[in-house]
Amino acid sequence: MGVEGIGARVARKEDKRFLTGKGRYTDDMSVPGMKYAVFVRSPHAHAKIVKVDASAARGMPGVIGVLDGKQLLADGIGNLICGWMIHSKDGSPMKMGAWRPLAHETVRYVGDAVAIVVADSVAEARDAAEAVVVEYRELPVVIDATRALEAGQPQLHPEAPNNLIFDWQIGDEAATDTAIAAAAHVTEVTIHNNRLSPNPMEPRAALGIYDAGDDHYTCYTTSQNPHVARLVMSAFYNVAPENKLRVIAPDVGGGFGSKIYIYPEEIVCLWASKRTGVPVKWTSDRTEAFLTDAHGRDHVSKVKMAFDANNRIIGLKVDTVANLGAYMSLFSSAVPTYLYATLLSGQYAIPAIHANVRTVYTNTAPVDAYRGAGRPEATYLLERTMETAARELGVSPAELRRVNFIRSFPHQTPVIMNYDAGDYEASLEAAMKAADWNGFAARKAEAERRGMKRGIGMSCYIEACGIAPSAAVGSLGAGVGLWESAEVRVNAVGTIEVLTGSHSHGQGHETTFAQLVADRFGVPLDSVNIVHGDTDKVQMGMGTYGSRSGAVGMSAVVKALDKVEAKAKKIAAHLMEADESDIVIENGELKVAGTDKAVPWFQMALAAYTAHNLPAGMEPGLKEGAFYDPANFTFPAGCYICEVEVDPDTGRTKIVQFVAADDFGNIINPMIVEGQVHGGLAQGIGQALLEGVHYDASGQLLTASYMDYAMPRADDLPSFQVSTSNTPCPNNPLGIKGCGEAGAIGSPPALINAITDAIGNNALTMPATPQKVWAAAHAAK
Amino acid sequence: MYETHYHRASSVQDAVSRMEAAGEGKYVSGGMTLIPTMKQRLASPSDLIDLRHIAEMQGITVNGRSVRIGAATTHYDVASSAALKAVCPAICHLASHIGDPHVRHMGTIGGSIANNDPAADYPAAMLGLAATIVTNRREVAADDFFAGLFETALEDSEIITAVRFDAPAKAAYQKFANPASRYAMTGVFVAKGDDGAVRVAVTGAGANGVFRQAEMEAALAANWSPDALATISVDASDLLSDIHADAAYRANLVKVMAKRAVAAA
Repeated sequence: MGVEGIGARVARKEDKRFLTGKGRYTDDMSVPGMKYAVFVRSPHAHAKIVKVDASAARGMPGVIGVLDGKQLLADGIGNLICGWMIHSKDGSPMKMGAWRPLAHETVRYVGDAVAIVVADSVAEARDAAEAVVVEYRELPVVIDATRALEAGQPQLHPEAPNNLIFDWQIGDEAATDTAIAAAAHVTEVTIHNNRLSPNPMEPRAALGIYDAGDDHYTCYTTSQNPHVARLVMSAFYNVAPENKLRVIAPDVGGGFGSKIYIYPEEIVCLWASKRTGVPVKWTSDRTEAFLTDAHGRDHVSKVKMAFDANNRIIGLKVDTVANLGAYMSLFSSAVPTYLYATLLSGQYAIPAIHANVRTVYTNTAPVDAYRGAGRPEATYLLERTMETAARELGVSPAELRRVNFIRSFPHQTPVIMNYDAGDYEASLEAAMKAADWNGFAARKAEAERRGMKRGIGMSCYIEACGIAPSAAVGSLGAGVGLWESAEVRVNAVGTIEVLTGSHSHGQGHETTFAQLVADRFGVPLDSVNIVHGDTDKVQMGMGTYGSRSGAVGMSAVVKALDKVEAKAKKIAAHLMEADESDIVIENGELKVAGTDKAVPWFQMALAAYTAHNLPAGMEPGLKEGAFYDPANFTFPAGCYICEVEVDPDTGRTKIVQFVAADDFGNIINPMIVEGQVHGGLAQGIGQALLEGVHYDASGQLLTASYMDYAMPRADDLPSFQVSTSNTPCPNNPLGIKGCGEAGAIGSPPALINAITDAIGNNALTMPATPQKVWAAAHAAK
Repeated sequence: MYETHYHRASSVQDAVSRMEAAGEGKYVSGGMTLIPTMKQRLASPSDLIDLRHIAEMQGITVNGRSVRIGAATTHYDVASSAALKAVCPAICHLASHIGDPHVRHMGTIGGSIANNDPAADYPAAMLGLAATIVTNRREVAADDFFAGLFETALEDSEIITAVRFDAPAKAAYQKFANPASRYAMTGVFVAKGDDGAVRVAVTGAGANGVFRQAEMEAALAANWSPDALATISVDASDLLSDIHADAAYRANLVKVMAKRAVAAA
């Protein structure tokens, strides 16, 4: 490891432009003749569209055009799709209702797009949008997923009777029932996982540019995966064939999953650009973001966990209802199934597991993956249940977990996953030591003297990252493979460009990916550039989500570097008349081992491109590509401990310490990993303490601004104590596991376990607002 | 935001003239509520008449125990006034916890009082301090000024020019902030005058805006201590309920914040 290589705490290369306001985001893009779009959106949660009258709007100042859903349909633009097929337990395929980019018959949630107005300015477009008269016939509304399944409720899609999308199961129900029947103790709980708004700092945006001369489209958009966007817009939405569609995701200011999906707006902007003959730019305002960005979570689960007389878990049965909102978003079906129920074994050896999952349409915004995606739901369910069980069984939470830890690897769970490596005891020990778990009683007593209720809680999480082996996910219904690509171009002067299919929207790839190259060739970090986010520049790739860029994206870079290294050594050996196997690369030089003969890196590169003196038969140039398909998921795991003080008079919770002990395998840049953990913890604490999407009974969004949607702020959070241990991942060349989501996955149950410990009442749902904590604390008396 | 016309008034009379000439005019002071409302297209005044630069509405004067604060004085200036802090630190403390630094450098005491947001802090201070609201036409006691949610005694084109009050012997303000907006979910201003009269003013909790809690005032007049409030049960029937806090919880907060304010005074 050099000062800039693998494991080095290198400052982020991209921060200079971000911190000085020089980032270039979609809304910063401007092209000649560009006009501005505003969408006309449904004010009703469920209604028939009787008539769209744009005649007045078309005559307003600055208006270029007003387009509606009937025109979109007539032009053959396709329905939005869900890309992961799930079959119900009766064998039937999931029941997907039609999602039109612009609704022309029925609107199904507040914010559903009905028409687009294009004008010279945003203000004029907004004025004209208000003048579009849409006549609606209102329909009854259902918001709650459990209620939506009941007889007699409003029906969203004719394709899905009783609003049921699928009724899916995993695991062995008979064996699980047998275990529960034979158990010495069964813990039963109902677990609510609250609905969240993703809130990236940069709202979504799209700029659609149609070039009539070449019959070619360009789309600038806020995407975590521009190639997937191009594929889907081309193959399913009939916008344009792939060779006539360029998708560019420039700097993107956060995503948290919400920018994986292809939304109506980018499709409509591209189509509107062709229809109106001008480039069309749309930028979401914050209220639109609350209304239309895909939400996260919204599960209710009934759980039975069965123990034998030695407190070993012998069975786990879960019945989950998941709210998918008004339409099936791109990966919505995978989140409450294969990204969730396959992690229900947690860190524990559980011989029998059965989960049943019903997904449901409601008159709310679509729900899809949000930081963690399924794994936070599994972790919250398991770790709240473990805590409850420990209290019921009268054993310490640490002891109950220790008794049940998986201790030998590989470990096959009853729910598909095969864990490759881990040391859960090590994380537990590290966290308990850092938190001074054994000193808690004294701290509690001291707090009691000040009138405060102090509590402590832990959470032992596991997650699956590095998604995913393509054949495996294909067999489970995925519509795409989840490999990644890389190309390494060594320029004639020895500088290096790495083109990656991964996409950075805050993760720091421009630094960490360059560290791989600096490490391998001993060249300065400054001589390496990372290129991503443009389908015209970068070969097909699958993008960034599910903490996959390290384990999958970097592995592809490693494979390409292997090829570059092999060719570079051949060239150097030829130049120095040495044997290829004697060449070593150190500090920017290719050396003959054991001699003082060396060729500088740049000279080797120049030789590759002058091609005056290459080995016989060798092609000129130095550029290699690779595709990497992972052999398995990776399994980051860890233990989080949270300690709180609750003010019994107000119900206000103060987090007095938060300890995170994670095992991410090998680490490329510890500073960036710590940043990811800090951000993830803030997001998880936000879910547990503050955040929650509320609709009223008529489907109006009550939390449509920061006046009512509570985001975590610096003064809500303690100074985190983070540490890592390391069991290298055996299944990828770098031994890395992924760290982007762990904080958000592991922290909510630790916090709720701590608060319920403090107040002596286990009945508490997220977000644990002061009002709820106060009420629960008083109910406990 | 819809199109509007901006006027910077040079004097109170100039402001009134411009208002009377406007179609659907609005006075703007800090604009901390009005401008976001306009941006959301929920308000569309034809004219905005800015009061912030009128000299006669600026500044804080302390004369013995007597205090005058110009209506266009920012929260920051109230929070950081050494003269005011010497006689009435409670109002400085209150101003220092309004919004964030941006808001405190833009928002004004007159704007806050004229807007009478049910979760704003200043109305509680005005009521608690038995302040006099001075306008370009008259003087109104705070008790007669606040008239319900976003409603006041102000008439068309009337302008608050200053507030006046006598510094109390003891006073304090305690608020419990809404976790999202950080407005007062419940805020209580308590004050004990030199004559021993006690006032308890509550903001953020009342279904009709800021109000005085008579039972607490009587208890504290008899015994100025947090314990004096121990047996008082706050009636929740006229309190706000929303997704953040129901009326019963707010009733609890009224009592808890009142006790803490007395302890801090």
